[in-house]
Amino acid sequence: MNALPTAAAQVLERFQQAASWEQRARLLMQWGNQLEAVGTEECNETNRIQGCESLVWLIDASSENHLHFRAVSDARILRGLLALLLLRINGLTRQELDTIDLADWFAQLGLSRQLSPSRSNGLNAVLQRMRELADTKT
Amino acid sequence: MSLISPWRSDFPALAAFEAENQTYLDSAATAQKPLVLIDALHACYSYGIANVHRAQHLPAERSTQAFEAARQKMADWIGAGSPSRIVFTRGATEALNLLAYGLEHLIQPGDDIVVSALEHHANLLPWQQLALRRQARLVILPIDDAGMVDLDAARQMIGSRTRLLAVSQLSNVLGSWQPLAELLPMARTHGALTIIDGAQGAVHGRHDVQKIGCDFYVLSSHKLYGPDGVGILYGRNEALNQLQHWQFGGEMVRAADYHAAEFHSTPFGFEAGTPPIAGVIGLGATLDYLAGLDMVAVSAHEQSLHAELMAGLLARKSIRIVAHPQTALVSFNAIGVHHADLSHLLTEQGIAVRSGTHCAMPLMKHLGLAGAIRVSLGLYNDSSDLQRFFTALDQALELLA
Ligand SMILES: Cc1ncc(COP(=O)(O)O)c(C=O)c1O
Repeated sequence: MNALPTAAAQVLERFQQAASWEQRARLLMQWGNQLEAVGTEECNETNRIQGCESLVWLIDASSENHLHFRAVSDARILRGLLALLLLRINGLTRQELDTIDLADWFAQLGLSRQLSPSRSNGLNAVLQRMRELADTKT
Repeated sequence: MSLISPWRSDFPALAAFEAENQTYLDSAATAQKPLVLIDALHACYSYGIANVHRAQHLPAERSTQAFEAARQKMADWIGAGSPSRIVFTRGATEALNLLAYGLEHLIQPGDDIVVSALEHHANLLPWQQLALRRQARLVILPIDDAGMVDLDAARQMIGSRTRLLAVSQLSNVLGSWQPLAELLPMARTHGALTIIDGAQGAVHGRHDVQKIGCDFYVLSSHKLYGPDGVGILYGRNEALNQLQHWQFGGEMVRAADYHAAEFHSTPFGFEAGTPPIAGVIGLGATLDYLAGLDMVAVSAHEQSLHAELMAGLLARKSIRIVAHPQTALVSFNAIGVHHADLSHLLTEQGIAVRSGTHCAMPLMKHLGLAGAIRVSLGLYNDSSDLQRFFTALDQALELLA
């Protein structure tokens, strides 16, 4: 398993300290505010993820060696979840994306349901799109 | 006044949900099951199951008898008149697809197939695809602000080119009863066949399909407190006789050769393959249960509960109710709040409601909504469920403010 980057370890600590669903929800919304900016012109059909209940745009700004995604949604909680996903993925190599255990990451955050196989969940669609984007570059 | 459901304890899942702090308000998606049904399924498998309409042995005879008894009970429940007018399918969706294939031969290029703007995908897509296959025109009847098919518009739009009219009895998003008594004669005048999607309507009150006067009526076992995997198609004799066979195999055949075959008429000719045997027998048990209830009391309870739900939502300034729900369910949004955020926070608090487009994407687009939260009721819900919902709603809205 890959060791957690420092920023991820710090977030994890804060989520693990959240005792109630309210605190977790507040944290999620705070994290959502820290997403890297996405321009309105980038919120176009090409970058839009199909299959989410909310609007989600994903932009691939990866370099040769390292993954780098930016994302945004019109739903606040989902913005928070996206921030936590990106925090764990950005900076990884493409190979690492295949081996990383994201279910475990969200489980540790106390958010395991968010990666459930239910089709209405947006996060799975985002992840699938990331994998597609990463694959087309290798 | 606090409403208590006297039927709640007949449904073991309600106590199980309570033990894990879940409040189930999603019965329009699927309903919980009475103990008598669970017992019937258990008995089916523990005393021994056999295929139906095939073998002569005792277990087969027992299965077949129970299966056909369920067909009779279904016919009685909806006033079909005869069990031969009941076809078992694998769901309401499959029943509608059966119709869209079985009636395909009646549709010529340039004919009209008429549906309404509020249809569930199950009563839209089969007709849309049929229209595409036959170069027919799919006509969409508009709805008014109350969420009812606009009768004046319908009078203009249903005409001599109309071959089929397919509409819901009760909207799964808007909770509005559709004006079938006015609509169906418009189609009949022009010799068009009428199809009613009763998936939601059949669950609230008891309806007589012959009084409704439709050619076909479709419903879903799993929404009517029965097992999933079973749907029901009722048809008038003259209407059923117009159906062409659509799925082939098993005992639906009367005589088969390598290069040709003859098929049974309804119902057996339309039940290809092994049917959901235990599911149908289980549905029979549910129908026995329902037949034993005081339906007037059930309806009164559901209406009072619905009124309480409406009043609670209307009392909250930021809530916008979609259309004018009359029964069973309410869809709503909160101003300035994304339905997915609200849904997330309700879920966190153990409130099981549905959010999104409710298998009616064209309707939601038509209403200009990205989505909505839907609270839906079963006969087992009571005021305590609504109180928990409202407490959770207030907490969620406060957090999102
Ligand atoms: C109005 C309506 N029609 C059809 C269906 C489909 O029913 P089934 O799940 O049995 O295929 C549903 C269920 O969601 C519904 O609400």
